[in-house]
Amino acid sequence: MLEVTGLEAWYGQAQALHGVSVRVGEGEVVSLAGRNGAGKTTLVRCLIGLHRQVRGTVRFLDRDVTRTPAHQRARAGMGWVQDDRGIYASLTVEENLLLPPRVSDRAWTMERVYEAFPVLAIRRRAPGTTLSGGEQQMLAIARALRTGARLLLMDEPSEGLAPVVVARIGEIIREVKAAGAGVLLIEQNVKFAATVADRHYLLSQGRIVETLDNSEFRRREGELLKHLGI
Amino acid sequence: MSAVLQYAVQGLAAGSFYALAALGLAIIFGVLGVVNFAHGAFYMLGAVGAAVLLDTLGLSLWWALLAVPVLMFGFGVVVERLLVQWLLRLDPLYNFLLTFGLTLVLVELVKQKYGVSGLPYRLPGALQGRVDLGGVVLPRYQLFVLLASVAICVLVWLVMTRSRVGMIVRAATEKPELARALGINVGRWVTPVFGFGVALAGLAGVLAAPFRAITADMGNNFAIILFAVVVIGGLGSIVGAVIAGFLVGLVEAFGQAYAPTFAQILIFVLMALIILVRPAGLFGRKEATA
Repeated sequence: MLEVTGLEAWYGQAQALHGVSVRVGEGEVVSLAGRNGAGKTTLVRCLIGLHRQVRGTVRFLDRDVTRTPAHQRARAGMGWVQDDRGIYASLTVEENLLLPPRVSDRAWTMERVYEAFPVLAIRRRAPGTTLSGGEQQMLAIARALRTGARLLLMDEPSEGLAPVVVARIGEIIREVKAAGAGVLLIEQNVKFAATVADRHYLLSQGRIVETLDNSEFRRREGELLKHLGI
Repeated sequence: MSAVLQYAVQGLAAGSFYALAALGLAIIFGVLGVVNFAHGAFYMLGAVGAAVLLDTLGLSLWWALLAVPVLMFGFGVVVERLLVQWLLRLDPLYNFLLTFGLTLVLVELVKQKYGVSGLPYRLPGALQGRVDLGGVVLPRYQLFVLLASVAICVLVWLVMTRSRVGMIVRAATEKPELARALGINVGRWVTPVFGFGVALAGLAGVLAAPFRAITADMGNNFAIILFAVVVIGGLGSIVGAVIAGFLVGLVEAFGQAYAPTFAQILIFVLMALIILVRPAGLFGRKEATA
């Protein structure tokens, strides 16, 4: 469903991505690991349409979206779970959930969202940023699920969260996968990525340096951890 | 005691103009990121518009309250499409130059057409005279202005907090990039929001018309105080703009009553104190100013 070919990205004169090619299929969870500064977040911003100084192609659901504005990509079914969670302080929890439009018939109803995330139902009238870090992460994921996004771009969803919350995020990712959506998971937490992803890309200095299936990824975990400097 | 109450109502009525205009300024800044230095000129156009409608078509204040905001909305849309939209991608310096330049042009055009002496304005009979509220006698029109602008502020607040449009405006104000990535076409709201902000400034001008000398320059001093209001309330804060508007009106009225020479200075002393204690303003969020 997502096919990125030879993507190059610049910030002014500085090139941040050098011909990145990435593919995510339906019902596939793909992780992308790399050190800080490797270009992970730049790649996600290119995919969602917020970084426009690019060359190469981004195809989504068999359409070339390389020049498509961000809001249209979202409406076509890309759901972004931002690395800082992107929760609005000036919107209540419920408004945060209702803000993005529904984009497919896979959209979760609010009943389903509240059933899956009871804490959001309890705090629905509270300003979004009064939630704890883990709750905000749940809200960010729930917001993408409510739209019925067909591809989730998740930027470091496990970062800074307690193991029990990370495990819950893993469950949700498997549920999303089972429903046929694709997930591109930007993740430094190699152990977590190995529990949910089918394939793995390793990004280094703006280039994909390794493409691994999950068994190989697990076998070389120690080496990868060393590469990531963790 | 009754004198204090009279000053208070007078101050709140004057504060109404600041509150309405600052509300428009805050919404425009929130969604467009443009600080509109032409806001004083739009306020002036509102007052001049009311005077011209009465003079040429015989339309009273009641009609002006309806017609002028609609006309000013249209004017705002034209200004945004022709000029302001080009600012969104440019250095903020151009924002200052364009909106300030626009002020000079509008003020001079009004001077050419209507001269420099004040235009007359006559209130409808129903709003003339005074009302006696249990011993406190107040001009009927001051009370009307106060009630009308409180009603408008409450209405705008309801739209901002209860409607989908309000939700989008809040989201686009707080994190415009994220709003786009969530599928909101922020660009679609830019023009109507600018028009709406201009309409609010025009409405403030209409309400001020019977109160103030209607001249081409009436917006100049107004704009200076308006920016003190915005700094006090917190740039981009809608609630802050309204509360600071009324607050500055009160300070001005009591200043004029008890220390006339210092009335204006007091406003800026208040502004300086607020900056010292709360640099982001009374209701400004720190992350919003970063």
